[in-house]
Amino acid sequence: MIAFLADAHAFAPVLLQGLLVTLELTVCALTLSLALGVMWVVMGRARFAPWRWISGTVITAVRGIPIIVQLFFVYFVLPDFGLDLPPFMAGMLGLGLAYSVYQAENIRGGIGAVDKGLIEAGEALGMNRLTLWRRVVLPLGLRHALPSIGNTMVMLLKDTSIASTITIAELTREGQLLAISTFKNGSVYALIALLYLAASLPLSALVRTLERRGRLA
Amino acid sequence: MITLAGVTKRFGDRAVLKGIDLAVGKGEVLCLIGGSGSGKSTILRCINGLERHDAGEIVVGGTRVDAAGLPAIRRRVAMVFQRFNLFPHRTVLENVIEAPVHVHREAPAQARDRAMELLARVDMADHADSRPAALSGGQQQRVGIARALALRPEAILFDEPTSALDPERVGEVLRVMRELAQEGMTMLIVTHEIDFAREVADRVAFVDQGVIAEQGPAADVLTAPRQPRTAQFLARVLHRNG
Repeated sequence: MIAFLADAHAFAPVLLQGLLVTLELTVCALTLSLALGVMWVVMGRARFAPWRWISGTVITAVRGIPIIVQLFFVYFVLPDFGLDLPPFMAGMLGLGLAYSVYQAENIRGGIGAVDKGLIEAGEALGMNRLTLWRRVVLPLGLRHALPSIGNTMVMLLKDTSIASTITIAELTREGQLLAISTFKNGSVYALIALLYLAASLPLSALVRTLERRGRLA
Repeated sequence: MITLAGVTKRFGDRAVLKGIDLAVGKGEVLCLIGGSGSGKSTILRCINGLERHDAGEIVVGGTRVDAAGLPAIRRRVAMVFQRFNLFPHRTVLENVIEAPVHVHREAPAQARDRAMELLARVDMADHADSRPAALSGGQQQRVGIARALALRPEAILFDEPTSALDPERVGEVLRVMRELAQEGMTMLIVTHEIDFAREVADRVAFVDQGVIAEQGPAADVLTAPRQPRTAQFLARVLHRNG
């Protein structure tokens, strides 16, 4: 136990630095995944059929490909086409895209739960489609989707560890490097596990707070 | 102001409206009565395009109800819903200024002042900052009426405005509607409140199985109906209320 605490003290600066990158990556990928998720849903409901096809194809394809393979495509294959992204950008793009299809499902479910009477009220007030989405459908749909978005957020936090494979110096990679150089696998991976857990708890609390604030009753 | 000629509407293989001819004059109050499923709500919903009618013609103030005419018509004709349909994520005041500010691009400060006047008129000014969920049904419906009035409509469609209310809350909503009628608002009201119709309506139309079985001055239709099915319906409704 004393030895573990000593290790923890010694490794803390490096691991906390890694955790910071993990959190940054989570926030960036989350934002991107939500924006893309809304886009897939809106396209999926468009009157113009090709938009619906694109949305459906992307969702099916992205959902069927492992995240690690998607990251490799963004980081190792896109440079062949002239798009050479720094690791963090590649990780954000790959994770954001991979998670956007889950967010799309979350958002679609939330929007399906919006009271049809409220959409009719918006129409009766003269709202066009854009205004209706901006003022009624999305704000209410996202509220309904919040619990499942929160769940997805915690999954995303953990899956940022996959970005260690494309050289991003996040928590898992910093830990791996420490473990390799010190041979203290037990201490290092226990600390990594504790740090992921510690980061996920406030996220869950945040979601609960948002849900309470967004509650309409 | 509003005319329907030969309007039909099917839902799947069920004919809901089988040729509706109806006219509402400016400043007139017309009550539509009839059993559930008779098509009376569908008539209202076709007028502001929430449902698209299959055949026939609906004209509101010279504008035909079709894809091109709808934006103009929804500006001139407001609707009050049975279940209020207030936006639950916005306050009472925000509900009332929603259309003026976010649809018709009025200045927020001006829209706010006018909304407060409208809320005072329906006796809801004290609740301007409340969320709809904190209000009783009667209060929500009065906000619904204020939200409709914020459009400065030439006519208001009321779709069973008191049917979702507790009995003791019906009076406060009818009072507001009575005042509107007295001020000369054009109103088309789907209602089960026969006494209210008798008192406020200029004309009453009885809808049965997708057609207008009988229409005329309120006193005639409600006290001396010519059609047996109107008489039967009134006997049923009045008996239930009595």
